[in-house]
Amino acid sequence: MTDKNNIALSVKNLKTFFYTNNRCNKAVNGVSFDVEKGKTLCIVGESGCGKSVTAATIMQLLPTLSRIEEGEIIFRKDDKTVNIEKLEKNGKEMRNIRGSDIAMIFQDPMTALNPVYTVGFQISENLKYHTSLNRKEIREKSISLLNDMGIPLPEKRVDEYPHSYSGGMRQRAMIAMAMACNPKILIADEPTTALDVTIQAQIFELMEKLKEENDTAIILITHDMGVVAELADNVAVMYMGNIVEAGTADDVLRRPTHPYTKALLESVPVLGRGKNQDINPIKGSTPDPYNRPIGCQFAPRCNWQTESCDVMPEIIQINKTHEIRCHKYEQFFEKYNEKRDS
Amino acid sequence: MKKEILKLRDFKVYFPVKAGVFNRTVGHVMAVDGVDLDIYRGEVLGLAGESGCGKTTLGKAILRLVEPTNGKVTYVSKENDETELTSLEKKDMDPFRKKLQIVFQDPHSSLNPSFTIFGSLQDPLKKFGVNSKEERRKIIGDLLEAVNMRREYMDRYPHEFSGGQRQRIGIVRALCLDPELIVCDEAVSALDVSIQAQVLQLLMQLKKDNNLTYLFITHDLSVTEYLCDRIAVMYLGRIVELCDSEDLYKNTLHPYSEALISAIPVADLDKKTKRIVLEGDVPSPVNPPKGCPFHPRCPKAKDICKTEVPTLKKYSTNGNEHYASCHLIDLPEISK
Repeated sequence: MTDKNNIALSVKNLKTFFYTNNRCNKAVNGVSFDVEKGKTLCIVGESGCGKSVTAATIMQLLPTLSRIEEGEIIFRKDDKTVNIEKLEKNGKEMRNIRGSDIAMIFQDPMTALNPVYTVGFQISENLKYHTSLNRKEIREKSISLLNDMGIPLPEKRVDEYPHSYSGGMRQRAMIAMAMACNPKILIADEPTTALDVTIQAQIFELMEKLKEENDTAIILITHDMGVVAELADNVAVMYMGNIVEAGTADDVLRRPTHPYTKALLESVPVLGRGKNQDINPIKGSTPDPYNRPIGCQFAPRCNWQTESCDVMPEIIQINKTHEIRCHKYEQFFEKYNEKRDS
Repeated sequence: MKKEILKLRDFKVYFPVKAGVFNRTVGHVMAVDGVDLDIYRGEVLGLAGESGCGKTTLGKAILRLVEPTNGKVTYVSKENDETELTSLEKKDMDPFRKKLQIVFQDPHSSLNPSFTIFGSLQDPLKKFGVNSKEERRKIIGDLLEAVNMRREYMDRYPHEFSGGQRQRIGIVRALCLDPELIVCDEAVSALDVSIQAQVLQLLMQLKKDNNLTYLFITHDLSVTEYLCDRIAVMYLGRIVELCDSEDLYKNTLHPYSEALISAIPVADLDKKTKRIVLEGDVPSPVNPPKGCPFHPRCPKAKDICKTEVPTLKKYSTNGNEHYASCHLIDLPEISK
């Protein structure tokens, strides 16, 4: 059961639209979720489904051609609540939150660091603006952060430029930057997609440790169901700007009820199941965002499509934690109940 | 009886590292450092490893898109005629280019944006004597249909296609000369998961229909397990383990393969295993560690690993051949 006091961030009916060439791309079209303290929420979906835009919206890092159309982003800090969507993008309050209370790890460690400044400088920038430490303390803190991230010889490395770091080390430096002010919420946008699996394992170990020690709420954006199974407490599956299924990791992975979630799980080979496992690709490809299906966005690719799917389904609460956007969910869900009973 | 199609012996690809005012060669990147490998006709051989381990270079050097520094590649034809590819003049390679093709990694940069699909794909056909335009259009059209695309698409430009479609066009390009072996260099890595499954199934179907052999290069071990008959795991330019794909998961011998497998996130809550976290990064191939190249990261390393380089030895697991290069394997070695 979710405790109201434990919620660090709640997003309600968020809509972010992009306006380019006189056309409107409804990148995020009514997304709601809560993030609890000390828990990891995984947002899963294919490229173009709006998961990175959701993250950028929370951080107010949207480009100029886009705006928050509707909805609320409520950030709970101690006892106060802040409506992030009402703050000015580059106003004082937003700048106070960004980087200190809510921090972000970007997707590509190769390009997210500035090549003309030392890594130490880039970490200390955060501390300079958000804390009252003096120069010497800032340097010490930067070194200890790098040390926590498992970077060898941090006293020396702190004065080096990003080009002399390897991919995994850069990503760890990015995490050090994000963790500098002990944020309440950490948003990680595909933090390991560009990295090798052995380095990915190191980064995951680190993130789990941070979650346990600092009670940080983590929003992890990924396209890999394997990552979800490893790290998630809660899962939200996104498709074309909507959350189509949300619940605890147990709900979504053991009892996937939305046809898209099921299809996604069935389309990847799973290690250890051998050569005879069935792989069912999802037919077709994601629709053009300017030419969307009228009702349920997944309907044209869905095997269970019926006439009722021409109307956008509402969110249906299956049980306390598990919710879904599908007209036909009952027939899938009953199957699990039958299985459990028999 | 299994018949080879390609035999690699002591295969090496070094790239010079230049520095200083006179641009002198100060060292070598040992991208591929002594690989012995047989590829059998009709199999799917997976080549797995982390980035920088030399798997792409190996794939390219087999086709002589990168010139190998040392070693032999021997092509064995259907009639058992052996030809050593590495000693041929460039122009004498042509008849073999037809038989050995490649699908490149990035579907967005491997098609020329200023040509239509037909324009890009007709060149190899022209070169190999398909002189009438109608015939070329027919061959390409048929192949486009074989990969579930429409015939008319050949007059479109690459920017009109999605990533999955472009990758299929890349596959058509490889197929249009009726090859025997296709090197798939991370052919599905740049694609979304739902599209990836489509391309994987397509590759398997084409293999059945055309009697192809694949060398499937990837970093994703769950894909290799599904697709491949045998898997070779590479580390720092060398093959550390080579065996049947099932044995790699059930009877892992090399500690590196073990760590690699445990690090892969599995989308199955019941199969959560403890991941073995390797410390540090892959060492530089310019200056690889002495002894076993894996020993600085190996959790099981002993003194012998620091001094002696292990060789690829033959073992048997489950009645199958299983090669691994590690000092610490308990199984009895089978002599060749």
